Amino acid sequence: MADWKETDIVEIEGPRLGAGQMMYVPEILAGMKITLKHLFRKRKGRDRFVVQYPEERREAPETYEHGQKAGLPLRSDGYRGLHRLNRDERGNVACVACFMCSTACPANCIHIEGGEAPWDYREKYPVKFEIDELRCIYCGMCEEACPVNAIELAYEYDLVGTSREEMVLDKEALLAVYDRTKGRKPRLNPPITGYPDTGHRQA
Amino acid sequence: MLGNIVIDILTDADLGFPIILMAVLIAIFMTMVAYSTFYERKVAAWIQDRYGPNRAGPKGLLQPVADGIKFFVKEDFLPDHADKALFILAPALSFVVALLGIAIIPWGGYLEWFGSERIPVQVASIDIGLVYLLAVGAMSVYGVALAGWASNNKYSFYGGMRAAAQTLSYEVPLGLAILVAVLACGSLRLEDIVASQALTTWNVFLHPVAFAVMFTCVLAETNRLPFDLVECEQELVGGFHTEYSSMKFALFFLGEYGHIIVSSALMVALFFGGWQPIPWVGWLTESTAWWAVALRIGIYFGKVAVFLFVFMWIRWTLPRFRFDQLLSLAWKGLVPLGLALVAWGGVLAYVGEDGWKEIGPRSFWAPVGELLLLEVAMIAVKLVSRPTGRQTNMPPVAAAS
Repeated sequence: MADWKETDIVEIEGPRLGAGQMMYVPEILAGMKITLKHLFRKRKGRDRFVVQYPEERREAPETYEHGQKAGLPLRSDGYRGLHRLNRDERGNVACVACFMCSTACPANCIHIEGGEAPWDYREKYPVKFEIDELRCIYCGMCEEACPVNAIELAYEYDLVGTSREEMVLDKEALLAVYDRTKGRKPRLNPPITGYPDTGHRQA
Repeated sequence: MLGNIVIDILTDADLGFPIILMAVLIAIFMTMVAYSTFYERKVAAWIQDRYGPNRAGPKGLLQPVADGIKFFVKEDFLPDHADKALFILAPALSFVVALLGIAIIPWGGYLEWFGSERIPVQVASIDIGLVYLLAVGAMSVYGVALAGWASNNKYSFYGGMRAAAQTLSYEVPLGLAILVAVLACGSLRLEDIVASQALTTWNVFLHPVAFAVMFTCVLAETNRLPFDLVECEQELVGGFHTEYSSMKFALFFLGEYGHIIVSSALMVALFFGGWQPIPWVGWLTESTAWWAVALRIGIYFGKVAVFLFVFMWIRWTLPRFRFDQLLSLAWKGLVPLGLALVAWGGVLAYVGEDGWKEIGPRSFWAPVGELLLLEVAMIAVKLVSRPTGRQTNMPPVAAAS
């Protein structure tokens, strides 16, 4: 502050308004002309921007060429929606109950109870796996933390319920999300660990 | 026996007719108010390339019903720190005051009621009609100011104070602009003003600048954008109705639209020839048949609907004024212009019918004079205008040593 000199202060002249602009009226009419033009735009103009949600949806990227469907803006490739719990190649839950995701979770919304796996080819599996979807902030740190890519954020975004208890998804519900969404690769999020994954990334 | 008395009362031109008309008008008015919320949302949506409410009923037409149900079943919250009596009074006041204005609007010319003489189609035909309307219209500020005060919340209070300053300021040019129309027509009765426009032409062609002044003032009086500083969300979190919920909030909303409708009806009566369908053509003025009265009422409400649209169109076009700009527009712009217009209106009235035969048609000189006044005002503004940017009365801060 002490270094300020008088020459550092620059006086800036604003644009000098004409009489018409000072009286507002011509400028107001010009603005109203623009809005009127939009008002009489027919369905086609609106459909470029509006998604009639329950009937129309912004679908997952690979189902359409980008921007082809009536110019609908598509969801981004990296969309982080509802969680899913992947299955391994034998159809069992891929999670190895290592607690990495619940440790990484900044919202503390993942609750796991581990146990010995009933299958001979696996050592550990989650007896209980619950995610409180209301506490979750959809940051995606759980899927980055997962060493076997068992948890991923799918593209589903319409998650509704009538009670808080209903919004805590258990293992079956999360596996059901996987069954619904396994046809589509959820995210372009490369595995950051060197562990072998369940193969779904390459799908 | 009782039936005869009821029929006697209802067929009486002084008693029965206003009662029936009141019932009809309130029915129309309430429907219109409810649907203007829907209309507003639709216009907003179209202007912003959206669809607007289209889920409730065909084309969303049942949306006001859904809104009404929602408002009734929501929790009606009364803040602990509020002034309870005033808090409850304020929304009722703002709604009732908006309703009062429709009593003197001349909706449909004249008719004969069961063999009576010609009576004007309005609830109350009073000599001081315009003064009454101005008084009632100015009372609408009580609802807003009381709500701001009673909420005991600084943002609401700011909103209420702004409403008071704004309404007081814009009452002045509003009264001046109305005075121009009164001078032109020589009466304070709205039905006479409308009838005199049937003889000459609509006042808007004679006094376009006065109409522009009045329209601006009505925007400010009804707290519509670009003058909605009373409730601006970005600054005041909703202003005076921040603390209101449920039906009390809805009453403010309905009161605002009611006020807009009454103000539009007033402008239609003063400047757009009331129920007259076409300017310069004295069609539909004399008939007292039922179909003519119904048609005239329909035309009147049609014009009001057009005004409503313009209000909404402006709302979704213009940004909000700053408060000092708002007040300086009123006191430095509209009041001097209004005074000049009244002076010019006085000259026009002084010349009189005989004088106009010598000078030329009044329908030529009246608007020319007004536009000249506007031109003078624009030049004056240009001369005193300062560059925008840094204000000249705020010199740059001296460098710290």
